Amino acid sequence: MGELLGFLMAAKPVLGAFLCLVGGTLAIIGTVGVLRFPDFYTRLHAASVTDTGAATITIIGMALLAPSWLVVFKLAAIWLFLFLTGPTGTHALANAAHTAGLQPVIGRQRDLAEHAEEDA
Amino acid sequence: MGYFLGLIVVLGALWLGLSGIYEPLILTLSVISLLVVLLLAYRLDTVDKEGSPYARTPQLFAYWAWLVVEIFKANWPVIKACVSADLDINPALVKVKTRCESDLAKTIFANSITLTPGTVTVEVEGDKLLVHALFEEDATPDSFAEMDERSWRAADGRQAQASKQVRT
Repeated sequence: MGELLGFLMAAKPVLGAFLCLVGGTLAIIGTVGVLRFPDFYTRLHAASVTDTGAATITIIGMALLAPSWLVVFKLAAIWLFLFLTGPTGTHALANAAHTAGLQPVIGRQRDLAEHAEEDA
Repeated sequence: MGYFLGLIVVLGALWLGLSGIYEPLILTLSVISLLVVLLLAYRLDTVDKEGSPYARTPQLFAYWAWLVVEIFKANWPVIKACVSADLDINPALVKVKTRCESDLAKTIFANSITLTPGTVTVEVEGDKLLVHALFEEDATPDSFAEMDERSWRAADGRQAQASKQVRT
């Protein structure tokens, strides 16, 4: 039991750093999606990856790196508020766009890589 | 009165967790600020089911645990769509009917849809939600049914239990 605990304590910073890296990668992926998707509404979806997945994994990683339980509590509070306010903001944006009469792009959107290379 | 008690417990726990300095002076200040907040909340008339929904904490946390798993499952297709070489998405606007009655339940349901990557609630009208989805094939009415049921049960508890008994 003591050995297991020691191993966990030794693995904690490595695991925390790894999770922070994964979260950062997800945030970059979300940004790539925001830049690639065709219209406003689809870009919101890409941004929500950063909002949920990236934020959660980064916060778990930071909690593993945290020096004390107080910091963990604060991180948990940040996570809670992110999860409560994030969708509210996204909904406000989507609702404003819809009220203003922005029509979403509907139907299958294909942009195959081979065609893009032919064009270029 | 129960709502006040819930607010006091939660605000007190928040202060203790955030400050980390347990000296008499700081604790006195915490009690004073807590009372001021309670007074303001009372004057604003926000101490009610929505302002202090802590009676349903176990149900809400159970729902939340389920929701986090769903969110991580839903992240995957959106991540794939973001990084795959071929842009291949099928956006659509769909109408979703909800059984949630109270505003709290509707808010939880609509926010859950928005939190889940791939779907965004655009508008709420009565018991119908206008949802924009990244993949039309994933946004069938059935796919929202479980989330609807669970958010309804989490927020509109007593009625849900009653109808559950009727159903079984």
